[in-house]
Amino acid sequence: MTSHILPLVKAERLTYRFGKVAALQEVSLELFPGELTALIGPDGVGKSTLLSLVSGARRLQKDGGLFCLGGNMREKRHRDNSCPQIAYMPQGLGKNLYFTLTVEENLQYFARLFGHDRAECRRRIDLLTASTGLKDFLHRPAGKLSGGMKQKLGLCCALIHDPQLLILDEPTTGVDPLARGQFWDLIDRIREQNPSMGVIAATAYMDEAARFDRLWAMDEGKILFDGTPADLFKQSGKSDLDGAFIQLLSPEKRAGHREPVLTPLPPDDQIAIQAHELSRKFGDFTAVDKVSFTIRRGEIFGFLGSNGCGKTTTMRMLTGLLEPSGGHAELFGSPVTGNTMEIRKHLGYMTQSFSLYNELTVKANLLLYARLCQLPEKSVAAACENMLTRFGLREYAYEYPKALPLGIKQRLSLAAAVIHQPAILILDEPTSGVDPVARDNFWQLIIELSRRDKVTIFITTHFMNEAMRCDRISLMHAGRSLACDTPQKVIESSGKKDLEAAFIHFLETASPPPELPELPEIGKNNQISGRKFSFQRLFACAWKENLELLRDPIRAALALFGALLLMTVMGYGISMDVEELPFAVLDRDNSMISRNYALNIAGSRYFVEKPPVKDYADLDRRMKNGELSMAVELPPEFGRELEAGRSPDVAVWVDGAMPMRSETINGYVNAMHEQWNASRPESRTLPPLNIEIRYRYNPDVRSLPAMVPGVIPILLIMLPATLAALAVVREKEMGSIINFYVTPLTGTEFLIGKQLPYIIFAYLSALLMVLMAVTAFDVPVKGSWILLLISLFLYCIISTGMGLLASSVTRSQIAVIFLTMLSTMLPATQLCGMINPVSTQQGLAKIIGTVYPTTYMLLICRGVFNKALGFKELSGAFLYLLCLVPLIASLGISCQRKQEK
Amino acid sequence: MKQHLRNIYRLGIKELSGLYRDKLMLILIIYSFSLGIYISAKAAPESISNAALAVVDEDHSALSQRLTDAFLPPMFSKVRYIPLDQVDPGMDKGEYTFVLVIPPDFQKDLLAGHDPALQLNVDATRMSQAFTGAGYIRQIADLEAGRFLAGDDSIVPAANLVMRNRFNPNLTRAWFSSVVQLINNISLLAVILTGAALIRERENGTLEHLMVLPLTPMEIMLSKVWSMALVVLTAGSASLIFMIQGVLKMPVEGSRLLFMLGMIFNLFAVTSLGIFLSCIAKNLPQLGILLILVLMPMDMLSGGMTPQESMPEAVRFIMQAAPATHFVSLSQAILYRGAGIEVVWKQFLALALIGGILFYFSLWRFKKSIAS
Repeated sequence: MTSHILPLVKAERLTYRFGKVAALQEVSLELFPGELTALIGPDGVGKSTLLSLVSGARRLQKDGGLFCLGGNMREKRHRDNSCPQIAYMPQGLGKNLYFTLTVEENLQYFARLFGHDRAECRRRIDLLTASTGLKDFLHRPAGKLSGGMKQKLGLCCALIHDPQLLILDEPTTGVDPLARGQFWDLIDRIREQNPSMGVIAATAYMDEAARFDRLWAMDEGKILFDGTPADLFKQSGKSDLDGAFIQLLSPEKRAGHREPVLTPLPPDDQIAIQAHELSRKFGDFTAVDKVSFTIRRGEIFGFLGSNGCGKTTTMRMLTGLLEPSGGHAELFGSPVTGNTMEIRKHLGYMTQSFSLYNELTVKANLLLYARLCQLPEKSVAAACENMLTRFGLREYAYEYPKALPLGIKQRLSLAAAVIHQPAILILDEPTSGVDPVARDNFWQLIIELSRRDKVTIFITTHFMNEAMRCDRISLMHAGRSLACDTPQKVIESSGKKDLEAAFIHFLETASPPPELPELPEIGKNNQISGRKFSFQRLFACAWKENLELLRDPIRAALALFGALLLMTVMGYGISMDVEELPFAVLDRDNSMISRNYALNIAGSRYFVEKPPVKDYADLDRRMKNGELSMAVELPPEFGRELEAGRSPDVAVWVDGAMPMRSETINGYVNAMHEQWNASRPESRTLPPLNIEIRYRYNPDVRSLPAMVPGVIPILLIMLPATLAALAVVREKEMGSIINFYVTPLTGTEFLIGKQLPYIIFAYLSALLMVLMAVTAFDVPVKGSWILLLISLFLYCIISTGMGLLASSVTRSQIAVIFLTMLSTMLPATQLCGMINPVSTQQGLAKIIGTVYPTTYMLLICRGVFNKALGFKELSGAFLYLLCLVPLIASLGISCQRKQEK
Repeated sequence: MKQHLRNIYRLGIKELSGLYRDKLMLILIIYSFSLGIYISAKAAPESISNAALAVVDEDHSALSQRLTDAFLPPMFSKVRYIPLDQVDPGMDKGEYTFVLVIPPDFQKDLLAGHDPALQLNVDATRMSQAFTGAGYIRQIADLEAGRFLAGDDSIVPAANLVMRNRFNPNLTRAWFSSVVQLINNISLLAVILTGAALIRERENGTLEHLMVLPLTPMEIMLSKVWSMALVVLTAGSASLIFMIQGVLKMPVEGSRLLFMLGMIFNLFAVTSLGIFLSCIAKNLPQLGILLILVLMPMDMLSGGMTPQESMPEAVRFIMQAAPATHFVSLSQAILYRGAGIEVVWKQFLALALIGGILFYFSLWRFKKSIAS
């Protein structure tokens, strides 16, 4: 490299810490245009941290400097500008994908984010999918792809634009050898077209690393080696990269490392696993097609095959998680379907994607699994310690898996699968993404388990050197088994020199590789600026969100019609009217007059008389159990005293448990008492004052006309806010939020784009509610329709905006559901004047009620529905809503970080 | 059996430590059971208080003055005088809930025995105040006019009415609404914690992993029930003792222990409901909406906010299936009326029955929902 060429990436004494642990220690390096660089190193030494810093996804800490594409990565302006030139593919199976969207839609989304027009999108998608073998799966949802295919799709998404810098974090982990070859060929072809593009790829496959121009070997946050593969061979004196790599490590890490050696399998006729014509169909698609095999006890059985050929499905059937569509499988002679506890106790299973608890520490996970697998309590601690040592997890014992590198997580999963010394181990790509030393250690354990403890091992792998260590292997393709024998015999039967060649031979014979299309001319490399607001990106975001919503018709239907359901229930159910209250009389006088008094109450429609009260104890009991809402006691000599003009007392007890109801009862009883008094000749009172009461807006004081317009604003804040909030937090929890960090999407585009479909849904739902109010409930709109429709629209923007605001402070979906419920349900139903006017509230409740948008929407709704009002009278409330729209939107946008901390 | 219990215990502990990690969730739980209850308790004004009353005085007499002065705080906010043409706009904007119009020559006509009429305009969309408030205003006006005309002593009614409100003599609203809010929070939290936790386990693949271990679906479900119920029970009991009894000074008539036992029965029912919902919903957003669809009506129709007697027969019948209905009724009986188990055993039974049925259905759907 000549010095006048500017480096693409230049790190100067870059340091990064997680708490006290330094992930990177003063790393200095340079990457020049056109270089293909591999980043290798054991698990958890800072490779991913380095890559995420370079891509701009992670925020820099204060030490050291990082310059990419000629600018300082500390500057937001530069990051925004350079972002379209950098492509980043994060670690993990399909971390950057949307699982409900199809392959095509995922690619379309990324293409649109990078500003390609329709024709360009098409061309690029066709090219990329053809070169990765995804073309036949364009219409399959990404979530239904096999692990390896997800990786391919993730890569295609990263390559959809023409980056100057391509950052790949273990892109080929879990990808079959054939596809891996195709994958790197594709990268080569893209580099031919764009010779100045620099590539950094972390990889665990050493054979891959050998084809790179340059190697960076990392350990413990430092770069140990920076040079060509040839230099590395020379320096280490080894002829293969695996060996050279191991030589690089510090002596203590190397200590105890031995090449695993497989001893011959001693004869044992007991059959551990048997599958007979096992088949599984998903709809029209046959995932597994009549696969048969017999595995003896203690055998290591390797399962090899292209991505998506049915390996995982077969395993799921063996564990009893999935019912076979045809055929049957047996573990130790008993059928899997009747999967008894006894068999499960002796089964160890490791899934392809991490399936232990992120909220428990490494050690706590191990302890939990040891106990759940019913290891005797006295040996639990020892087994756990043993696993921590054996898998090199000791230094991570008290860390949480979420933050750990893939390789460490894999080791943890493995440890959890073997901790209870199972008789059968079913391992789905256990060594994907694990570094060579750890892999060899792991294989030593496998061999030991098999040979010493007679554990039967059923394993899938994409590493050919691992497959060579199996007693027998089965080669699968498209649901069928192509060959099943010892590795040597498989190689012999193909006539090739090694297993990888044999593997490729078998696959290519089974289905010839597609003709690779010509690469397009170097197209217009769309010079898009990341800084400027772009409608195309905003709409791409909205389009994707809308698709996800539509893919989930139940959610969409619930969102749309749920409000109607609630409105019906609440409109009819909530009633402030108090009628048919049970009451009883304790009549100690039993005269004509006292009976007349009781009759006066019983005759009203408000009260229903129950059997008379016998005595105080009876009264007490019946009021306590809620049987009576009111009791009337007429004293002895009531009639005589009254006639004598001595105004005897009538005692009335009211159940005060529900104050509102009790007040109403008080009112009724007072009025009835007055009336009765006035009808008695003994009274010396003036005739009551003549007061005409006009109940306005709702002359019959019926609950329904007052309730229905009140329910609309409440429902319209809860449902849209919850939906919108989940939309963002879900991406955070699933990991696809990374796309927001590394694509040119700005916060405004991201949030407004996400918000749009929910605004439309909310508004549709609002219109349906209004329609229902007018028709089914017969509550007409007396005031201004235009005002109602416009303010409902503003209100929908506000409520979804509030959801997004809630999402910016939460990380877990559970917390965001709880938060939005708390922050919408209580204020909207109780503080905003639905039942009690805001003006009558005090303290904090009054403040919340005054600023909360529902208060104003409620005013508008009631004004328009009940009071025949328009813009003139409700201008204050309307203006308030209008001002809140930009306020909440900008608050939400400013709270959303564009980088990971 | 012992092994079953051990598994249930361990998985439950796992749930607890997972929750402990989610600091925001902890803050929200603490908030909702302390400040959240307080705000809600204080939100509802004490009976008719601060009622917005305006008077149009066209009489300008001693009587009209006397009438106006009788409407005092705290029941009424400071009475405002407005001209007649301001009645409609003021009421339209919701500035006044009540407007009393005293016509010209009211005093003269009354003294002359012409029976003149006062006019009271009530904003009937203010459901909680309209009816009761109008009654109070009528009573007060009546009393004042009577005193004005005849002096205090000359009024002798045939019988006196002595009204007593049992269990809550001053009808303190805060006592009522704080308990209602406590009950709502209990349902909300219990359903979210169990339902969402289960769905999240399914989405993360951990549930599938558990199904390969020697564990039964029953154990997995029970572990969620006990651990989350314990969290809510602790929060709920603390809230009752420190917030409702301590800060809000509500006397508890019955046995606190019995109430907590009722809470446990209720928690069994609502956590089962949470699991049930999570078996219906396929992902968390779906669950989020389902929660609202179930919890909102449950809160509003369980008898906590408005009495069940005034609801239509059909609604009351359906609401018998909601745990909250029975919990509200047993809470009110125990906390306010001091009822014992001999009174509330029916509610306990109903809760156990509802919980049992939901739990059984969930168990039945559980395996199906994992495989999909």
